[in-house]
Amino acid sequence: MKILVPIKRVIDYNVKVRVRRDGGGVETAGVKMSMNPFDEIAVEEALRLREKGIASDIVVVSIGVPQAADTLRTALAMGADRAILVQSEESPEPLAVAKILKILVERENPDLVILGKQAIDDDMNATGQMLAGLLDWPQATFASRVEKTGDGLTVSREVDGGSETLSLTLPAIVTADLRLNEPRYASLPNIMKAKKKPLETLSAADLGIDLTRRLTTLSIAEPPTRKAGIKVGSVAELVEKLRNEAKVI
Amino acid sequence: MTALVLLDAEDGAIPQTSRSAIAAAARLGDVDVLVTGGPETIEAAAASAAKIPGIRKVRTVSGEDFAHALAEPLAALLVALAPEYDHIVAAATAIGKNALPRAAALLDVQVIPDVMEIRDAETFVRPIFAGNALVTLRSSDAKKLLTIRTASFDPVPAEGGTAPIETVTPPACRSKSHFVSAEHSSTERPQLEAARIIVSGGRGLQSAEGFKILEPLADKLGAAIGASRVAVDSGFVPNDYQVGQTGKIVAPDLYIACGISGAIQHLAGMKDSKVIVAINKDEEAPIFQVADYGLVGDLFQIVPALTEALG
Ligand SMILES: Cc1cc2nc3c(=O)[nH]c(=O)nc-3n(C[C@H](O)[C@H](O)[C@H](O)COP(=O)(O)OP(=O)(O)OC[C@H]3O[C@@H](n4cnc5c(N)ncnc54)[C@H](O)[C@@H]3O)c2cc1C
Repeated sequence: MKILVPIKRVIDYNVKVRVRRDGGGVETAGVKMSMNPFDEIAVEEALRLREKGIASDIVVVSIGVPQAADTLRTALAMGADRAILVQSEESPEPLAVAKILKILVERENPDLVILGKQAIDDDMNATGQMLAGLLDWPQATFASRVEKTGDGLTVSREVDGGSETLSLTLPAIVTADLRLNEPRYASLPNIMKAKKKPLETLSAADLGIDLTRRLTTLSIAEPPTRKAGIKVGSVAELVEKLRNEAKVI
Repeated sequence: MTALVLLDAEDGAIPQTSRSAIAAAARLGDVDVLVTGGPETIEAAAASAAKIPGIRKVRTVSGEDFAHALAEPLAALLVALAPEYDHIVAAATAIGKNALPRAAALLDVQVIPDVMEIRDAETFVRPIFAGNALVTLRSSDAKKLLTIRTASFDPVPAEGGTAPIETVTPPACRSKSHFVSAEHSSTERPQLEAARIIVSGGRGLQSAEGFKILEPLADKLGAAIGASRVAVDSGFVPNDYQVGQTGKIVAPDLYIACGISGAIQHLAGMKDSKVIVAINKDEEAPIFQVADYGLVGDLFQIVPALTEALG
């Protein structure tokens, strides 16, 4: 089985993101960039399927600025076999990303595409579902467990009231939730080895996909900040405040 | 303009989250609602939906395909109904987040997730970077597909209306995914998204056993129980308790955070609460920066004392 794992380079999850003073975006100068945490989980799941003898070939792909090659190298160091970088000036919207991925799926013919359920920068939570729609493939989003059963997959998903289990025929789309696995760190020897693994570069324009944004950003603002509160000295004082000042109990 | 709102119909009832989505859609024009479900529950669900005031009509689709809200048949259905509507809306619940982007791709539309404010028919505000920035954006798509951040819209009432009910024949859809089973965590408590008060616990609770210390407090307050990611990952409570960027987004009148440090990703899910109380033994914990009332100390002493003090 061949698995394709799309990954995104995002501002590291530990960074407290700040809106630029001109309101045109968020501060990125000198800010640490990393692989989207959900995508790390997706890569890890592909590696585990290979370690179980289910997957053979793992291809990672990123769509974005040239520096996304570093993110792909990280995935190669984790253990992916091969990488594709589709260069574009900025990060396209999920619909355009899904269209680019569809072309790559048609070229690479994977049996399974595992994506992170959402990117922690734009928090869209859409690319996997959109790709599934474009390909007319079944989807199992927010996955917490993936198993190969017979010709297909059995996937548990985190839903609002608990969890549910689906069976899917292959080829299929799975999007990874937090509890699917704990991603490994790349070891130093593997980081060295990753430098020699193949990384192919394409340009989004060559693929003939229109990247024009459907959503135009009019402004980006800081959310309203909460007024600093107080520390109370005792449980009795807390109860008094909640009853008589905040009036919430 | 006319909007179609896809409802989450749970065992014949329409949850508050869906009524928040209707409230949002009502700002866009006339509202039809779409109720889907298995043959056993569809009539009760349609009847509940028809009682919601302000709806033009209730459209229902039933069938085994729709019993478990799978994305494939739902998306195909939305695509079939799309020509009649300017906006297609759902609550940003597991069902809405699963089905709407798929439908949007089939319609060649960029879905707009987690809408927290509607400026006009094509201009919306949504959070990015775990709510650390709010983006105002305008959609150039002919049709708009949105999911609604339900904590940002007061729900419409559950009763008072008498909308007509119309049955829709769904398009043929040969689903390649099938429902196997569900493991729903049962609770007598209010749902997190609908609760007026939430008592929430983190790593500081130490264990599933330790976490139980929150229950008498929640009982006294009639509160729902929430949790941080660490509390869920460590197996103290089931996954659907998680509040945060990747869990549930809540905005109760009162949120009591016990043994939660206040990571960005957790704050993303609860910082719009009206009043926040933090109980934490570390006076430097970031949760105190958003708390209206902070109490520094050992939660294993404070929580029982608080429960006691509430009488
Ligand atoms: C992609 C991604 C998504 C995430 N999504 C979410 C999400 O949706 N929701 C979420 O919550 N997190 C999320 N996280 C995790 C988040 O970054 C934090 O790791 C998590 O919120 C921390 O949980 P915590 O506060 O329970 O634990 P900790 O940060 O370990 O804090 C425990 C706190 O308990 C206090 N404490 C310990 N013992 C006691 C005691 N006896 N009495 C009083 N206080 C005590 C400590 O002082 C400390 O402040 C996400 C992370 C990533 C990378």
